[in-house]
Amino acid sequence: MAALDEIPRRAAAPAAPARRRPAVLRNLQAKIASLPMILIALVVFVGCTLWTVFHSFTTSRLLPRTDWAGLAQYRRLWGEQRWLVSIENLAIYGALTLVFSLVIGFTLAALLDRKIRGEDVFRTIILYPFALSFIVTGLVWQWILNPDFGVQAVVRSWGWTGFTFDPLNNPDIVIYGILIAGLWQGTGLVMVIMLAGLRGIDGEIWKAARVDGIPAWKTYLLVIIPMMRPVFVTALVLIGSGIIKVYDLVVAQTSGGPGIASEVPAKYVYDRMFRDQNLGQGFAASTMMLVSVAIVLIPWAYLEFGRRRKA
Amino acid sequence: MSSPAATAHLAALDPVAARTGSAGLLEGPRGPRPRRALSRGNVMLYGTLFVVSAYYLLPLYVMVVTSLKGMPEIRMGNIFSPPVEITFEPWVKAWSSACTGINCDGLSRGFWNSVRILVPSVLLSIAVASVSGYALSKWRFRGSELFFAILLVGAFIPYQVMLYPLVILLREMGLYGSLWGLVLVHTIFGMPINTLLFRNYFAAIPEELHKAARVDGAGFWGIFVRIMLPMSLPIFVVSAIIQVTGIWNDFLFGVVYTTPANYPMTVQLNNIVNSVQGVREYNVNMAATLLTGLVPLLVYFASGKLFVRGIAAGAVKG
Repeated sequence: MAALDEIPRRAAAPAAPARRRPAVLRNLQAKIASLPMILIALVVFVGCTLWTVFHSFTTSRLLPRTDWAGLAQYRRLWGEQRWLVSIENLAIYGALTLVFSLVIGFTLAALLDRKIRGEDVFRTIILYPFALSFIVTGLVWQWILNPDFGVQAVVRSWGWTGFTFDPLNNPDIVIYGILIAGLWQGTGLVMVIMLAGLRGIDGEIWKAARVDGIPAWKTYLLVIIPMMRPVFVTALVLIGSGIIKVYDLVVAQTSGGPGIASEVPAKYVYDRMFRDQNLGQGFAASTMMLVSVAIVLIPWAYLEFGRRRKA
Repeated sequence: MSSPAATAHLAALDPVAARTGSAGLLEGPRGPRPRRALSRGNVMLYGTLFVVSAYYLLPLYVMVVTSLKGMPEIRMGNIFSPPVEITFEPWVKAWSSACTGINCDGLSRGFWNSVRILVPSVLLSIAVASVSGYALSKWRFRGSELFFAILLVGAFIPYQVMLYPLVILLREMGLYGSLWGLVLVHTIFGMPINTLLFRNYFAAIPEELHKAARVDGAGFWGIFVRIMLPMSLPIFVVSAIIQVTGIWNDFLFGVVYTTPANYPMTVQLNNIVNSVQGVREYNVNMAATLLTGLVPLLVYFASGKLFVRGIAAGAVKG
């Protein structure tokens, strides 16, 4: 409160124009109102993150401890079969989700952009899964992919008795069963973003392409898509940050099974921290998740904001 | 949402528009002109769209028909066939007597827990985020942009990194395991996207208005309550849509920060359906799943284009 003492002294000085408040008190109401935001930013986003990163280098088990252990937790983590499976699953799920949601999302957006009737209806139908939770999504697809009653049973009842489609009980392909559900839930979002991007393309470009006799698919591929680079980047960042968080979908659909075949990093972290009481492993695994996000995001932020500053 | 002024406001907060300089979702289609009604191209186009729509609708359809069948019918028939004998028993059972562990009072408990979590979380997070966004756009102070940047970067940090330290913080505050602890967590993680939303919206409100009010002697809160709030109903609706669907659909925070008595609906649903004991009653499971999805679906169908606006704004959240 030393700053408060300055007010009368300054006001008394004859040369001072109007009463000028010291810097800390200027805009005081705004600062008080921003206090929750400041606390959340500093305590949670910065503080909690640093806390976890620090404790990933300790021997924490049942309770967080501060005994330094160097990279021991990380060495153990990368020796764990379950973690390696999680990483592999995330890589497969991530790569395929990126490719398929971009391709499907863009294709659907392009179809909807062709001056069709009932655009709103189609968009509403394709986007509604996005309103549902991953738990609901996972449970519905668990039921549809049920080998005894679902798709497999139905196709067999049509007469193709040898038909086999049972991804959720086959360790080799279980991650694709989750992918089917994930794509159903998430492609609508990509489509909406792509549609917004397509609406921003100048109509003159279409006229020019028509005059030159370039077929529509070629125009999309060679002209429109390159023009939509920023939209694709936005979609990419969006899908990417969703992929790393995938957790509830797996919990609902397979609970990580059969065996450990569909484990993912987010689930590894949760299970180690809250089920196995092995905090150190949870901290190390979550720090690895943070590192992988940073590896993807830092170059993007550099390109995105570095370019904007230049422009 | 039909007045042009409101539409203009919405355009201002469409981040796709802001980011790409494009028109966003508000303008009409720009694709090539349509050809004759029944050309081969058109048949292909509509054919594809109908097939795709059928595919996206299929799970919803399966949920509905399965939840209306009796178990014998489910064992006999296939999951895509409509119910021969419609029964609402699975719905009643899912709501009032389905079991999670030893509790057999149905999904209704989870529903009311979710409501008790949802209402204060939505109100608190919107209140905090709107005031923060207002301060960030109209009353900047030294460091305000830095805190905002931290918030935005924070949106990309995997939740798993912050889970455990938050447990400790909540325990210290005596809130761990209670509904209010979860409310706080939802407020915290709703901050980045909602603050961004409000900041961009308030920034688009003319500076002259703000200055005129200050000349008339209105202060921080006066301007917020008397000038900003009445002008910003649309953005509050968008923010509420994001928060209601996001909080209702949350699973991770519910399972980490509450005790079984307070589990939200999603957690209880998962426990009911994936419990290993007893005979699996698929019709009850699907009725329960549908019940849990009902709230966000209603929000989605009722809000229409505003939902699209909300998720387009959520493009930064991920």
